[in-house]
Amino acid sequence: MIHSLFLINHSGDIFLEKHWKSVISHSVCDYFFEAKEKAVDPEDVPPVLQTPHHYLITVHRGKLFFLSVVQTEVPPLFVIEFLHRVADTFQDYFGECSESVIKDNVVTVYELLEEMLDNGFPLATESNVLKELIRPPTILRSVVNTLTGSSNVGDTLPTGQLSTIPWRRADVKYTNNEAYFDVIEEIDAILDKSGTTVFAEIQALCFSSHNPRLLDDVSFHPCVRFKRWESERTLSFIPPDGNFTLMNYHVSSQNPVAIPVYVKQSISFFESGPCGRLDITIGPKQTMGKTVEALMVKIHMPKAVLSANLTATQGNYTYDLPNKVLVWDIGKLNPQKLPNLKGILSLQAGAPKPEDNPSLNIDLRIQQVAISGLKVSRLEMFGEKYKPFKGVKYVTKAGKFQVRT
Amino acid sequence: MDVGFSVRSEAVGAMRTALNSAENLQLTLKTGLSQEEKALTHAERSPEETRKAGNEDLKEMLESNKESLKLEAMKRVVGLIAKGKNASELFPAVVKNVASKNIELKKLVYVYLVRYAEEQQDLALLSISTFQRALKEPNQFIRASALRVLSSIRVSIIVPIMMLAIKEASADMSPYVRKTAAHAIQKLYSLDPDQKEQLIEVIEKLLKDKSTLVAGSVVVAFDEVCPDRIDLIHKNYRKLCNLLVDVEEWGQVVIISMLTRYARTQFTSPWKEGAMFDEDNEKAFYESEEEKKDQTEATPYTMDPDHRLLLRNTKPLLQSRNTAVVMSVAQLYWHLAPKHEVNIVTKSLVRLLRSHREVQYIVLQNIATMSIQRKGMFEPFMKSFYVRSTDATHIKTLKLEILTNLANEANISTILREFQTYVKSQDKAFAAATIQAIGRCATDISEVTDTCLSGLVLLLSNRDETVVAESVVVIKKLLQTQPTQHSDIIKHMAKLFDNISVSMARASILWLMGEYCERVPKIAPDVLRKMAKTFTAEEDIVKLQTVNLAAKLYLTNSKQTKLLTQYILNLGKYDQSYDIRDRTRFVRQLIVPNEKSGALNKYARRILLAPKPAPMLESAFKDRDRFQLGTLSHSINSKATGYQELSDWPAVAPDQSVRNVEVVEPAQESAPLVGKTKKPKSSDAKFYSDDEEEKEEEASESGGSEGSSSSSSEESSSESEEQSSDESDETSSDSGKSSSGSEKSSSESEPEQKKKTKTKKAPQKKSKAAAAASSDSDENGNGPVTRDSSSSAQSSFGSETDSEDDSDSDAPPPPPAQQKKKKSDVKAKLKVEEKSKMEVSLLDLNDFSPAPANAPKPAVISPSLLSDLEGLSLSNVSSTVQVTAPSFGPVKTHELLHHMTGKGLSAKYHFPRQPCLYQPSMVAVQVILANSSDHSLEKIHIGDRSPAGLNIHCFNTIERLEPEASVTVSMGIDFSDSTQAANFQLCTKEDQFSVSIQPVVGELLMPSTMSEQDFSKEQGKLLGMNETSATVAMATANTSSQAVSKQVLSVANVGVVSSGPNDLHRFAGRTVSSGALVLVSLELKESSALLTINTEKSVMASMLLRDLKQALALA
Repeated sequence: MIHSLFLINHSGDIFLEKHWKSVISHSVCDYFFEAKEKAVDPEDVPPVLQTPHHYLITVHRGKLFFLSVVQTEVPPLFVIEFLHRVADTFQDYFGECSESVIKDNVVTVYELLEEMLDNGFPLATESNVLKELIRPPTILRSVVNTLTGSSNVGDTLPTGQLSTIPWRRADVKYTNNEAYFDVIEEIDAILDKSGTTVFAEIQALCFSSHNPRLLDDVSFHPCVRFKRWESERTLSFIPPDGNFTLMNYHVSSQNPVAIPVYVKQSISFFESGPCGRLDITIGPKQTMGKTVEALMVKIHMPKAVLSANLTATQGNYTYDLPNKVLVWDIGKLNPQKLPNLKGILSLQAGAPKPEDNPSLNIDLRIQQVAISGLKVSRLEMFGEKYKPFKGVKYVTKAGKFQVRT
Repeated sequence: MDVGFSVRSEAVGAMRTALNSAENLQLTLKTGLSQEEKALTHAERSPEETRKAGNEDLKEMLESNKESLKLEAMKRVVGLIAKGKNASELFPAVVKNVASKNIELKKLVYVYLVRYAEEQQDLALLSISTFQRALKEPNQFIRASALRVLSSIRVSIIVPIMMLAIKEASADMSPYVRKTAAHAIQKLYSLDPDQKEQLIEVIEKLLKDKSTLVAGSVVVAFDEVCPDRIDLIHKNYRKLCNLLVDVEEWGQVVIISMLTRYARTQFTSPWKEGAMFDEDNEKAFYESEEEKKDQTEATPYTMDPDHRLLLRNTKPLLQSRNTAVVMSVAQLYWHLAPKHEVNIVTKSLVRLLRSHREVQYIVLQNIATMSIQRKGMFEPFMKSFYVRSTDATHIKTLKLEILTNLANEANISTILREFQTYVKSQDKAFAAATIQAIGRCATDISEVTDTCLSGLVLLLSNRDETVVAESVVVIKKLLQTQPTQHSDIIKHMAKLFDNISVSMARASILWLMGEYCERVPKIAPDVLRKMAKTFTAEEDIVKLQTVNLAAKLYLTNSKQTKLLTQYILNLGKYDQSYDIRDRTRFVRQLIVPNEKSGALNKYARRILLAPKPAPMLESAFKDRDRFQLGTLSHSINSKATGYQELSDWPAVAPDQSVRNVEVVEPAQESAPLVGKTKKPKSSDAKFYSDDEEEKEEEASESGGSEGSSSSSSEESSSESEEQSSDESDETSSDSGKSSSGSEKSSSESEPEQKKKTKTKKAPQKKSKAAAAASSDSDENGNGPVTRDSSSSAQSSFGSETDSEDDSDSDAPPPPPAQQKKKKSDVKAKLKVEEKSKMEVSLLDLNDFSPAPANAPKPAVISPSLLSDLEGLSLSNVSSTVQVTAPSFGPVKTHELLHHMTGKGLSAKYHFPRQPCLYQPSMVAVQVILANSSDHSLEKIHIGDRSPAGLNIHCFNTIERLEPEASVTVSMGIDFSDSTQAANFQLCTKEDQFSVSIQPVVGELLMPSTMSEQDFSKEQGKLLGMNETSATVAMATANTSSQAVSKQVLSVANVGVVSSGPNDLHRFAGRTVSSGALVLVSLELKESSALLTINTEKSVMASMLLRDLKQALALA
């Protein structure tokens, strides 16, 4: 299955390698570098590459490439899913998944990789199990370890490894029992020039119950009893420790989706003279009576745009010249005084007028409301004598929310 | 040098000691010794001064006595390995620490060993004995990691040791170690393929493993070592299907793809012939059906139940969070499911598009292949494939591909509008791809050809060159399909020609001019004239087309173009490219008549201006479906190493019975083994013993014809009825009834007996007969499974029942008396067993679920065992405090499901007050299911349950319940000593009914016997908080000890403690789940009584008190 793993940074240095079978020379990565050269953006590198003797399957996470080498037929998603799981594990252990963090914790990383795969086949990928095998590094623990000589490595088989519910350790006890549910809904939408919705759907993480007819498709954490969901539309589960995604659901494009904001925009480039004009106004539309917060507009400008001389009635804007990205950070949307961004874009002299207007990517957040109208109606806990604290929080965010111009 | 030497000698000395300890290796290391020394010295003299300097201090640290220094050094060494730097010269220093006590140090040494063992084989051998020792450790984790490392050391000399270790580990107690063994199989196989045969044996053994942990890993090994040995899968097929949901996610992926391949070799196609992927072609469906009939089979297609089992059990996994699992289920449905069922995977696949970019890429590829063959599947989700400007280029292209595949008359306008946006994209490669896509839509859907064409023509005036060029190319292709009416467009393109510099586009225009020169007679020569000027500066492809154009014009309009053609041919003759020189020479000979030109000259016009078929604009994914979806090969569109072809459906299904396992399969769980005669030869007997004789017997027994089996099941049901009535009511009035019952049964079983003896002579028909038997009872439905689940008592007990049987069937009916007598003979414990055995007649002993695997044994002995164990803690009273056989009171039946709400299905339940067979902590419940509707009900089983952690042992699925028939089944429910209702769903094939069983507190107890002294002693321990009491008004008629007992027993399942004085009654019991003592004492005082309950379960006490109070006062 998975033969070797190479971690590669953006500048093309291989800074970590791990082999689960025999050693493969890192020269195999040259094929990848070749493809990377060709691609404009690191995201454009094809995830699956064929070389004369190997196949390279790569994922791109947090400015790092996780490149795995396989030699024989294997479902590519199997490898991709696993590589993302590795990245998730690093994030879980070290708080972030970056080159410097991995280099700082290279021994822990290596121990983790050793436990996660055996002969290229996943052995332990559940964070719960891994944390029993290899404890995450903390400052306190490293001090204690140096003093006492104890280690970060467990010597018994994690209980989760043998059970059919590996996500929960046996006999977990906490001093305070709390159960919080965040319902995070994300609106994916494409609006066209005139503001009509071309496509919109809601994607959500986490928890729900009832009003389920609306939900188009769901996927669950393995702890959820699927049968029960099918028959009663109730989520019943034995919760894992810590944070986890209970379920994902999806309200499809066939249902009407409330779009919380409208955008009035005009971006034009003049035929004569190296400049263009930009005018954007954003106003609330269907916000369910709540305030739109953390509003932000991101525009990928055409290559020819050199600088932007704009005035914003609210918030700040920045133009990132190397990446040609204009970011307008608005913050809270005030319905009385609509934010507006207006001004001149200057173009490279002599460059042809950009054919296409850039599209706007909008980010926003609305607290305390799930835009699909979904509610957690009841939260019950069984099998526990105490009354745990329960809480549900709703957030609506913009997912892939794009306005075409 | 001095230092170096001392270090070396030290190392060698250490090695020698290590060698001594490695002597039990049973390997001759004598020859190895000198090699080691060589290797060592070699390592010492390794080049690169700088690194050596760095590594010297590491070596010192490794050889120090301080653990922390060693650990620090190892961490740095691992850091080196991680960076891909060579640290091999440290091998001798590192390998010494292999037996370190520090677990982290040890693990790091393992990492090092595995990395460098192949390079330093001889030194690596030193560590082997450590692992061999570790393989015997009691800690399963240590055993497993030792095996992991041992098998990862790629040194061929230890192959026999690895083989031995794998064999031992494959029989290990711990499933985790067995899983590791499965991984080790592949490692050994890649190291030494000659071990294949032996390894297959291990694989075969591990395939039979019932642990979900092992299943995935062994299938990986199977795929790697012997993917063609599908015969190994047969017997495990159903088990794998049933285990699947509980297997870890990675295992699910490999099992599903393996089963996909398996199914394609074993089942017949569920697709109608001739209508392979034609979803909406109803006509073809019927036609082919008829055709089929004409050909060979007159029977319509029926799906193999095993085929259905696979589809059913994989479906829930579409909800998995693991994208690889979802994809593998999707491909399974695509390759195996009937056409109309494939659609269920659509939503899940579309959901995956929200995932990471790489996931999207693979999923979109697969959707692209699917959408070519079946537009309908994804058309409702068309908008999910709309492109965002932020998508990566390859994602955009794939989405475009899918949108094009989905285009039809109805949605084409929407799609074209969307395409218009894409054409303007800043990503020019993508814009070009969109133009290609528009071209494809135009050819596929004739209604929009003109619209597309005019749209493309508009694009010709686009500012961007690539867009224009691509448009030209596409227009060229489109025009070819219908050239007649489009001379305007050709003219327009000729005008554009000067502005277009992309060679492909220029070449396309030139070709168009030449091909249709007669339609644009004025323009074409002019274009040629312009080309003559720039000929030398053009790209090869343009030059070739110029030559073509010249030749064609020469043939049609030689007057105007003769000189131009001559000129161009001359230019071509001296071109640098030999292709162009060749072409020029050829064309000249072909078109210019001279004395040397041959016969071809006459045909020049027909050759050059022959009508040419229009090119097909096709999807790049057109032929991808030759690969199994979801595979690497599909993704790269070429056969990857190790790709296993998906075979075509067999025309005739191979023998289905190969998948039958002698043990009752969950697939046919419903199919109870028929006939009470089978009692002693239970599935467990089969399971645990390989006794041939027993198997044969069983086979012969089940080999009876349908008639006999049905009669025997009837018989046994009457039998059990009789027995329970016997036991529950000791009045003699019942004996008549029961005797008549048994009379009937015995008369019926006589012919069966004869048949039995007949079939006994044919043991070779064993498996077939077993299968037949199970299918028989499938139809019967209500034939109870009489299986003994006590393996401990089976032999002695077996003979007992055997004789019983014999007397039953041979002799005239003496049963009631005889049986009673027998019953009194056997000990109380045995009685319990026998009873429970009868009661559970319908239970399902799943061969793989963990509960039954351990249930049979402890279940029966558990009551006493439990009390024994508890007795230990209860000091010296232990022996006397025993759970007794149940005392009998009237059985109260409760309604579970009324036949009105149940659409004909009614259910009643009662507590039989027997220790539950499945788990000691469960309360046994008997459910009587009856069918009062006019049609038979199918697949009655238990569905979802609540509360969440509710532990229920369900009864077997009842395949079929005929109208007016009823059946009694047993369940076990763990109420956890609470009266909270157990809610679950009673499902039939069509419906689901939510029902709940609300236990009365008294039923949560088990009777226990103890002497009066013990009772007082125990009561003494349960005072204060643990005591609850109340005064009860008693009816005077009720004061006799018998009446009191009866009342108490009717409420609670407790045992009577024999006592001296008549006015003090004592009862003792234990709670079923936790086994807490519950002591009830009743002190009679004329018309009232003092009722005291002592137990630590105070809630239960108060509830029990209330119930008892009510019962005593009422009576």
